[in-house]
Amino acid sequence: MVGARLLRPAAQLLRSSPSAFPKSSFQRVAAPAAASRWRGYATGTKEMTVREALNEAMVEEMEKNPKVFVLGEEVAQYNGAYKVTKGLLDRFGDKRVIDSPITESGFCGLTVGAALAGLHPVCEFMTFNFAMQAIDQIINSAAKTHYMSGGIQPCNITFRGPNGFAAGVAAQHSQDYSAWYGSIPGLKVVAPYSAEDAKGLLKAAIRDPNPVCVLENELLYGLPFQVSEEVQSDDFVIPFGKAKIERPGKDLTIVTLSRCVGQSLVAAEQLKSKYGVEAEVINLRSIKPLDVEAIIKSVKKTGHMMAVESGFPSFGVGAELIALTAEYAFDYLEAPPVRVTGAEVPTPYAQKLEEMAFPTEHLIADYAAKLLRV
Amino acid sequence: MLSRFAPRAFAAPVRSNAARFTPALRTVTTDAASSHVEKSDVPQEDDKPFQVRLNDEAFETYELDPPPYTLETTKKELKQMYYDMVAVRRMEMAADRLYKEKKIRGFCHLSTGQEAVAVGIEHAITKQDHLITAYRCHGFAMMRGGTVRSIIGELLGRREGIAYGKGGSMHMFSTGFYGGNGIVGAQVPVGAGIAFANKYEEKDNVTLALYGDGASNQGQVFEAFNMAALWKLPVIFGCENNKYGMGTAANRAAALTDYYKRGQYIPGLKINGMDVLAVKAAVKYGKEYCSAGNGPLVYEYVTYRYGGHSMSDPGTTYRTREEIQRMRSTNDPIAGLKQKLIDWGVTTEEELKGIDKEARSHVDEEVAAAEAMPPPEPTPEVLYEDIYVRGSEPQFLRGRIPEENFYYPERPVQVPKSPAQT
Repeated sequence: MVGARLLRPAAQLLRSSPSAFPKSSFQRVAAPAAASRWRGYATGTKEMTVREALNEAMVEEMEKNPKVFVLGEEVAQYNGAYKVTKGLLDRFGDKRVIDSPITESGFCGLTVGAALAGLHPVCEFMTFNFAMQAIDQIINSAAKTHYMSGGIQPCNITFRGPNGFAAGVAAQHSQDYSAWYGSIPGLKVVAPYSAEDAKGLLKAAIRDPNPVCVLENELLYGLPFQVSEEVQSDDFVIPFGKAKIERPGKDLTIVTLSRCVGQSLVAAEQLKSKYGVEAEVINLRSIKPLDVEAIIKSVKKTGHMMAVESGFPSFGVGAELIALTAEYAFDYLEAPPVRVTGAEVPTPYAQKLEEMAFPTEHLIADYAAKLLRV
Repeated sequence: MLSRFAPRAFAAPVRSNAARFTPALRTVTTDAASSHVEKSDVPQEDDKPFQVRLNDEAFETYELDPPPYTLETTKKELKQMYYDMVAVRRMEMAADRLYKEKKIRGFCHLSTGQEAVAVGIEHAITKQDHLITAYRCHGFAMMRGGTVRSIIGELLGRREGIAYGKGGSMHMFSTGFYGGNGIVGAQVPVGAGIAFANKYEEKDNVTLALYGDGASNQGQVFEAFNMAALWKLPVIFGCENNKYGMGTAANRAAALTDYYKRGQYIPGLKINGMDVLAVKAAVKYGKEYCSAGNGPLVYEYVTYRYGGHSMSDPGTTYRTREEIQRMRSTNDPIAGLKQKLIDWGVTTEEELKGIDKEARSHVDEEVAAAEAMPPPEPTPEVLYEDIYVRGSEPQFLRGRIPEENFYYPERPVQVPKSPAQT
C-alpha cells in the first residue's frame, strides 16, 4: 500500500500538545493597554476615519505576517472601489495585493483554497450583495470544512466588504446579510461601527484561525472618530464576542450594531433632552459569537429592551436578540422587548421611499418613548 | 459535428505540434490493455526500469504537445499499481455490501470502474503534491494515504474514521488531499486556490483539481480556468468523464463534450482513463509542464462507472445493461493491466492471484476492524468539538434548548497542522 498511515496518530498528537501553539492575542484577552509601541506622532487621541482604520489594520497585519494577502475586485491598481485598500499595492506589491476578475464564486473559492493550503487571505467583496454569488464557498467550503474534517483542516480566511444599504442604490445593492452569516456555525461574524471597532475587529479577524466575515458599512467609511493611543498601536485587537457599552443608561437597553449604533446614540440624546430618559446603547461589535451576557446585564438594570438593526425584519438579528432576551431575561423585563428594523420591502430607489425603509434616529427615539410610556 | 464549435483557431500561437494536431476524427481508446512491451525487453529484476510503449490512441491533444508515448516503469511499480487498483475496487465493493446491509447511511458514491484514474495519478505525483476532488472520493482518499479501516470506518460513522465520524462518505482529508467535496463544481476554484497558495509560497508542486463531466458545465469551473490561466497557476484541472452526470448522458448536458477543449485558452489533453499507464504518463507530463511555470492544463480522463451515480441509483434506467457489461468485459482497467502483465511476462497468473488474495485479505481485515470500531460517544463534547479551531471557540454554542448549551473550556489556541499542508 502506498504511504505510511501516520495521519491519525499524528493528528491526535497535535491535538494533545497544547503548548505547541501559543495563545494568540485575539483570544478572549483584553487588548493590551497603552504600554504599546510609541509612535512618532502626537500623543493621546487622534482622528481617524473608518476607512483609514480598516486600511491600517490590513497594513499592520500584512507587515506582521507574510501569509496575509488581499484579493478582490479593484483592490490593487484602483486602490479599492471604496479606497479601503489605498496604497496597499504600492507598499506590498502585486504578489500580495491582487485584482481579481469580477467572478465572485470563482475568486472566493480560490481564496478559500489558498486558506486551506495554509495562507491567510483577506477576500474583499466590493459589497456583500455580490457575495451572494459566492455564499456557497463561504458556507460550504470555508465554514464547514474544519468540522467535516474532524478538526484536521483549518481555514483561516477573512471575508470583508461593505454590507447593508447604501444611499440610492436600490434593491439589489442594499441588503443586510448579518442574519444570513450570523446563523452559520463555523463562521465568526463581526460588524464594526467606529474606527476603533474597524481596526480592532479586522485585525482580530485576520489573526483568527477560523473563517470570519467582517460586515462593514459603506456609509460609515468616511466618518471620522477619535481613537486613543491604544487603538493606534499595532498590537490593538478587539476580542470577539464582547459588546461595547457606547453610552451607559439606566432606563432602556438599546442593542444595536454597525451604522445603527450611531443612530441609536443620537436617538438616546434625543430621549434625554426630550424626556430625561437615560438609554444604554450597546454596540454588539460581533454577531457571532454574540455577547448575550452584556445584554442580560443591561436589561437587569433597565427592565426595557429594544433591538435596532437595518436588516429585513423576518428571522433577523433583531428577532434573535429578542428571543435571547426572552429566554434569559424575561423575569427582568417590565415591558415586552421590541425591535426597530428595516421594512419588509426590497429597497426602493426614490429617496423619500428609501428613508421609509430603514430605521431613522427619530423613529428609534419615538418608538423608545412609546415603549417607556414617556 | 459538434467539434466544429471547438474554438481551436484562437490566435493559434506557433506550437511545434501544430502540424501533428489532427481534428477529432478519431477518439481516445478506452482499451485498458493497449500498451505494449516486447517480452524480451522486460528485465528480470523487480526494480530495474524499462520502457512501455503506450497506444497511439492513448491521448488526444488540444493546443498541446502530446506526452511521450513511452513510459518508464518497473515490474515492482506495475505490480503495485495492480495491487492498488484491486484494493480500491475491493474497498468499494465492501462499501457496497455495507450500504446494502444498511450499515452506511446517507449518500455513497462508488468509483468501481474508475480505479485507474486515482491509482494512475498517485503513481505520477508525490505527497508534496496536492489533490482535491468531488464526492466520489474513496479511492483518492486511500491512494493519498488513508487506511482502508479509516475510510470504511468513516462510512460507518465511527469515531476512528478518517474524519472522526464527522464527514462521512463525501468528506475525507489526508496528506495532500483536500477532500471529498459535496457541492458539484465548488472544489474546482478551491483547487485553483490551493495551487495559488503553492505558487505564492514558491513551492515546486502541482495541484490536481478533479471534477466530473456533470460539474464541467458549472460556471465557477470556468471562473477557475480564467484565473488559473491569468495567473499561471500550477494546477491540472481534471474532468473524470464517466459519461453520465448523475443520470443524464454527457451529450444531453454539455454543448461540447470534448471536455479537454473546454479550457478554450488552456491546453488540454484527453486521456484513456481506463489505462492506468496512460494516466500516469499524462499526469507525470502535466506535473513537469506545470512545474516549468507554463500555467494550468485541462485534462479529460475518459472512464466509466459500473455502478449507479450513488447507491440509490441502480444505474440502468439511462443506459443499457449491455453497455455496462461491454465496458466491464472489454475495457476493465484491472483486467486490462492484468492481461498486459501476463503478456509481457512481468508476472505470472499465479503471482497475480497471490496479489489479488493479498489485497482482498488486507481489505477484508481492515473492514472487519472498521466494523468493530465504536461509534463516537453521543456526548456534547464530541458533538460540539471542532466547529472552530480549538481554543478559539465562542464561550458557548447553543443547543436545541438553552439547557443544552455547550460551554467550551478555556484553553490555548491549537491550530491543527493540516495534513494537506505538506
